Amino acid sequence: MTVLPPRADLQTTDPVLTLTGISKSFPGVRALHDVALELYPGQVTALVGENGAGKSTIVKILTGIYQPDTGAIAVAGQQTHFSTAAAAEAAGVTAIHQETVLFDELTVAENIFLGHAPRGRMGLIDWRAMNEAARALLARIGADLDPSARLRDLGIASKHLVSIARALSIDARVVIMDEPTAALSHKEIHELYALVERLKAEGKAILFISHKFDEIFRIADRWAVFRDGELVGHGMMRDVHEAQLVRLMVGRSVDQIFPKRQPKLGPPALTVAGYCHPTEFDDIRFTLHEGEILGFYGLIGAGRSEVMQSLFGLTKPSKGACRIGDRIAVIRSTAEAIANGIVYVPEDRGTQGAIKGLPIFQNVTLPSLARTSRKGFLRLAEEFRLAREFTSRLDLRAASLDQDVALLSGGNQQKVVIAKWLATKPRVIILDEPTKGIDIGSKAAVHEFMAELAGQGLAVIMVSSEIPEIMGMSDRVIVMREGRMVAEYARDEMTPERLVRAAAGLGDGMEEDRA
Amino acid sequence: MSDARHIPDRLDRPLRRLLRSWEFLLALVAVAIFIANSLASPYFLNPWNLSDATYNFTELGLIAFPMAMLIVAGEIDLSVASTIALASTLMGAAATAGAPIAVLVLIGLVVGLFCGAFNAVLVTRLGLPSIVVTIGTMSLYRGLSYIILGNQAYTAYPTGFAYFGQGYVFWVFSFELVLFVLMAVVFGALQHRTSFGRMVYAIGNNPTGALFSGIRVARVKAILFLLTGLMSGIAAVCLTSRLGSTRPSIALGWELQVVTMVVLGGVDILGGSGTIPGVVLAALVMGLVTFGFGLLNVPGIVMSIFIGLLLIGVIALPRLWSRLKPRGT
Amino acid sequence: MSRALKSREALLGGAILSMVALIAIRFPQFVAPSNLVGTFNDTSPLILLALGEMAVILAKCIDLSVAANLALCGMVAAMMNTMGIPLPLIILAATALGAVVGMVNGLLVWKLDIPPIVVTLGTMTITRGAIFLISGGKWINDQQLSESFKDFPRSVVLGLPVMAWVAIVVALAFAVLIGRTPFGRSLFAVGGNPNAAIYTGINVGRTQALAFTLAGALAGLTGYLWIARYAVAYVDIANGFELDVVAACVIGGISIAGGAGSVAGAVLGALFLGVIKNALPVVGISPFWQMAISGSAILAAVAINARERRRAGRVILKTAESRA
Repeated sequence: MTVLPPRADLQTTDPVLTLTGISKSFPGVRALHDVALELYPGQVTALVGENGAGKSTIVKILTGIYQPDTGAIAVAGQQTHFSTAAAAEAAGVTAIHQETVLFDELTVAENIFLGHAPRGRMGLIDWRAMNEAARALLARIGADLDPSARLRDLGIASKHLVSIARALSIDARVVIMDEPTAALSHKEIHELYALVERLKAEGKAILFISHKFDEIFRIADRWAVFRDGELVGHGMMRDVHEAQLVRLMVGRSVDQIFPKRQPKLGPPALTVAGYCHPTEFDDIRFTLHEGEILGFYGLIGAGRSEVMQSLFGLTKPSKGACRIGDRIAVIRSTAEAIANGIVYVPEDRGTQGAIKGLPIFQNVTLPSLARTSRKGFLRLAEEFRLAREFTSRLDLRAASLDQDVALLSGGNQQKVVIAKWLATKPRVIILDEPTKGIDIGSKAAVHEFMAELAGQGLAVIMVSSEIPEIMGMSDRVIVMREGRMVAEYARDEMTPERLVRAAAGLGDGMEEDRA
Repeated sequence: MSDARHIPDRLDRPLRRLLRSWEFLLALVAVAIFIANSLASPYFLNPWNLSDATYNFTELGLIAFPMAMLIVAGEIDLSVASTIALASTLMGAAATAGAPIAVLVLIGLVVGLFCGAFNAVLVTRLGLPSIVVTIGTMSLYRGLSYIILGNQAYTAYPTGFAYFGQGYVFWVFSFELVLFVLMAVVFGALQHRTSFGRMVYAIGNNPTGALFSGIRVARVKAILFLLTGLMSGIAAVCLTSRLGSTRPSIALGWELQVVTMVVLGGVDILGGSGTIPGVVLAALVMGLVTFGFGLLNVPGIVMSIFIGLLLIGVIALPRLWSRLKPRGT
Repeated sequence: MSRALKSREALLGGAILSMVALIAIRFPQFVAPSNLVGTFNDTSPLILLALGEMAVILAKCIDLSVAANLALCGMVAAMMNTMGIPLPLIILAATALGAVVGMVNGLLVWKLDIPPIVVTLGTMTITRGAIFLISGGKWINDQQLSESFKDFPRSVVLGLPVMAWVAIVVALAFAVLIGRTPFGRSLFAVGGNPNAAIYTGINVGRTQALAFTLAGALAGLTGYLWIARYAVAYVDIANGFELDVVAACVIGGISIAGGAGSVAGAVLGALFLGVIKNALPVVGISPFWQMAISGSAILAAVAINARERRRAGRVILKTAESRA
């Protein structure tokens, strides 16, 4: 742990960026309403809020991607408006985005300087000057990267460093960091914190968007909470507690309540023995029982989803066998997985889960068409019956079953995806980050339902990166790190510390923990 | 939002839905052109003239049906006209060698299927983009035709072979028209009444999601390429029979007309939506326009301007409209 | 990957050289300097159009109207010549007209979000029809064209015809444009990751529209060169040539998905097709083989490109990383 430098006097400086009365609506959605925000030089302002609270909209307004319907933006007291992304950059506002917004075919230096490359004679790009400037910038953030390397040859963490260097290449006064640590490893996160400190020391105003309270309390000076597109509170970090922030975020006090259950384990439903993949995972082995909820914990990129997708027939394991019940199952395609009773609720709801453009009932019946149709011909009444049965069990909110699933909220889309799989009458259901990015109400409904399914004898695998969810829901948890199983805990052995240490490779896996 | 337990199946009444549909608009246009034509030319309303007019769209329409499904699924086949050329050339070679009619038809269908299968393998097995693949096979198939025929022509078709392109099943109803109607029904049912059609929509809206829902995406796409090839083969039989001769330049540029017909029929070129009735109506509209221009002695190339404008116009106008509307009100 | 890309072009260059060498063993007259110059000169229009098409494809679009555009501008140039308008003005007008047609494509793609393939399929037929309308379907032949009009692209400067020099100069200009200007680099950004391009302040639509305009201007210029070189103008000039142009790009390794490719690739792809076209009569194969060969070349090139780009999943295991 690095020791933080003493704080400068935070009260006397004027804000470098001031937002007042910002509102923004999209057809049918009020994204922001009368929002005010001030960012101070040399200070980190943490912006927190649930998904859909308007955080990404404010980022897009600050970076010139969206224009607000009403309201004013002032930089150093001067009224401006950011009509384009270039205008925002010119005003000294830059962002490090959630997903890396970079270009694989261009070099590291170009990615840093795209749009403001050093020019030489006749206005042509001066490659040598650009590479040198890039080298200097990369050195400043301690990144050991070749400026002329092509970006596609870099790993995720290196790409992240490039986007940070890009933010610094603009002589920015305001740096927005949109969940910058989401995809980083433990070590990289600490390097990022050090970088934030350096930026603060240089007098930059930082807007830090994060879901992780530990890091907010560690690096932020100020806080602001958004809820439903409004600013519901702001102040100094030193005057606030975690519980207060959570209350503001959700609008009521929540101790996340997980359904109480008495797991009754049946016979093995799924036995995986020695599953290997050339690059993604190695020697995965576990037995999942009927009525059990098995958690898979790990950092993002630990290979959990890859294992699940392999079980679902999307990729072929290079070695290993799997047994459904007491039969050896060969799963070469998703269709065979479904036929064998294994279904998968994917993490990426937008592209892998819901079929946007199709109505709800058609989404639900898609994998069950063989049952709802007769000799290949559709029977709509049968489809509606099936869709009605399973969506009502999940407490779906929708105008009609004929409504395009794209028009539903994230939580309700997730319910449709889960309904789709339940309609196939599976034996094993794999849920990959089932509550990521959905509102608290839907979250509870999904948890409730998961418990109900396990109670009915379904075998459930839940991949999650949220410790409360893992602790609250799983009967047993397997921790993965770098493609391997590194620890396994029964319900009464689980502690947040153990999970985090195992996932980060700090503890020495299950042997020592058990000793 | 209503309570969960009371989600109705549907909100829209079917009639309202119909009235607001692209197909309804197309039908109005078709009727308008029909009336305009009958006012413009006294020869138009003659049943035999009208029957002749159907040749303007029957062969194109036969290919447009599977093409519509292919485009709904997010793929495209630009090699259909070249498939016709190759199928027609091989039929001509066989006819010159004295093959009977049944064999000629069989050759047409098999060549079409084979061309479709080759596209299918390249797109679904090797994972190549269909637009490039079929630009390649467009060159390849017609190129093979040129290798076989050079600047020659096959004309030695047996007399009975003319039936497919010139014969009448009943009164003014030509074999081609009957086939067109039959295929419209078959493909309409396939797209809108079967689980296969549903899978096509799912794939077109979200191929990854469809794969994750257990749909054999590659197989569905392969079947669509096969169907497109087969229907191109059938169109080749009809066209060759109608013309009575084969040159390598046969059906040149038809891929564009077929795609125009499909897009005019309301199929989203980016995949995911569109209907077979829409394509049938688009075929009628294009056929009537072509026929009307013919009656007015407008040359074919000028008609192609109209088709080009139509292609861009039908996509551009709704977009322009939706862009102007919010500002106006 | 930069090395791999370079080796791609080296591979294609090697393929062309070995093809030439193989032909030369049996038919030495093919490598006679005059024949090589002739081959390059014949390929110049393809090189010019392929460069324009490359810009369009890099920006994640496709332009199927370039050949029709060429024919229209060529016809207009020929008609202006019959009216006695001075040559520099004709060349300027042809280029400008081409740019306008390209800009129309670009604006339809930019302002109305119509897929490029639909736009350019449409403008392709409209443009062909327009040639018929302005020419009345008539040919303009050798006798009707002035000597100076016809001589310019054929006149030899430093051992090469002007048309070949135009191709060389434009290729060099493109190398600078693509490699050293913000517009050139933004093509890669727009094609490689359009959403991210917006975040870096690049106007995606405008960049695409500019690429179309550029491709159109080159088609216009080439239109004049083509008509002057072959001394005849009619509606169906360069019919189907757009496929050769796309083929040259695909063979040259320009990714049809956008965002990847090089000037050298486009030039070499065009030369590959040009050498084949000029070699066929030399080795005694009917020119009717040309079409099938370019078709096969497209398929082979796209298959090879796809193989190179395919990646085998994520690398999560540390051992796999060290192996890879």
